[in-house]
Amino acid sequence: MEFVDLEKIVKKYENGATSLQEEITLRNYFTGGADVPYLQEYEYLFHYFAKAKEETYTKNIQLNPKTSKIKNLKWFSVAAAILVLFSLFIGKKQQDAAVVKEQYAHVVKTLETLSSNLKKGEQAVATLYTYKYTINKILK
Amino acid sequence: MTQSSFLKVVLPFKDRVFRLAKRLLVSKEEAEDATQELFFKLWKNKEKITDYKNVEAFAMTMTKNYCYDRLKSKQASNLRLIHTNYKEKETALDKSIEYRDSINQVHQLIENLPEQQKVIIQLRDIEQYDFDEICNMVNMKPTAVRVALSRARKTLREALIKKHNYGIR
Repeated sequence: MEFVDLEKIVKKYENGATSLQEEITLRNYFTGGADVPYLQEYEYLFHYFAKAKEETYTKNIQLNPKTSKIKNLKWFSVAAAILVLFSLFIGKKQQDAAVVKEQYAHVVKTLETLSSNLKKGEQAVATLYTYKYTINKILK
Repeated sequence: MTQSSFLKVVLPFKDRVFRLAKRLLVSKEEAEDATQELFFKLWKNKEKITDYKNVEAFAMTMTKNYCYDRLKSKQASNLRLIHTNYKEKETALDKSIEYRDSINQVHQLIENLPEQQKVIIQLRDIEQYDFDEICNMVNMKPTAVRVALSRARKTLREALIKKHNYGIR
């Protein structure tokens, strides 16, 4: 490339006015072992641009990567809800049983008190009968 | 649209999407995630793809916007700070020993450009897109694109000269 041309294109490049074709020419020129000391920064620049374009995306593209996770998450919430309901059910049952047991114990205790009191009454009545019998014996 | 015909349409520009994401997001892993996410999004909207004249331009616009969003959320959570010291590794760039230092310098310099100029430099000087396509992708007028490009190029050149002459003049 003519030196004058090069300077012209470089100036144009700096002003953002070059066409793609001209930029490709510049890139080829500077990456192709150009030796223009006072434009050396362009050498770095274009080398970098050329190298940067070589980088590739090496991983595989997965088109449905997250659906399974989301699905799992949904099922997790369903399972959690069921678990909560189930444990509530069990808890309620156990609580009911405990309440019934307590009531039963209470009733038993009450009945025991009642029966012991009744026994006292019966003894008193028995004494009364004995008394009446003795009286009758004496009077007759 | 079947999976294979979709892949036929999108695979040719997967590297370009990845490179743009990497330019904006800094770390390679994040760029890979972003690329994956974008193609997944494209796949979900596959019915609409046929409506767009230029799927590639559409994908690049999506990439740009997606990365901007990511950056915003990242800035909010201060994650960006972690990545400022990020070193390139195992890339094609490192294979060239001869120019490695100056090339890394350029990388760093582009890193320091404003987001918009970064995108335009990436699209024009690295991916070599047409001006019309770039205007389409970044949703800007041709003159604005040229001005941004010119500014970015001048900044890069001046910074390189400055670094190169450091301690000499």
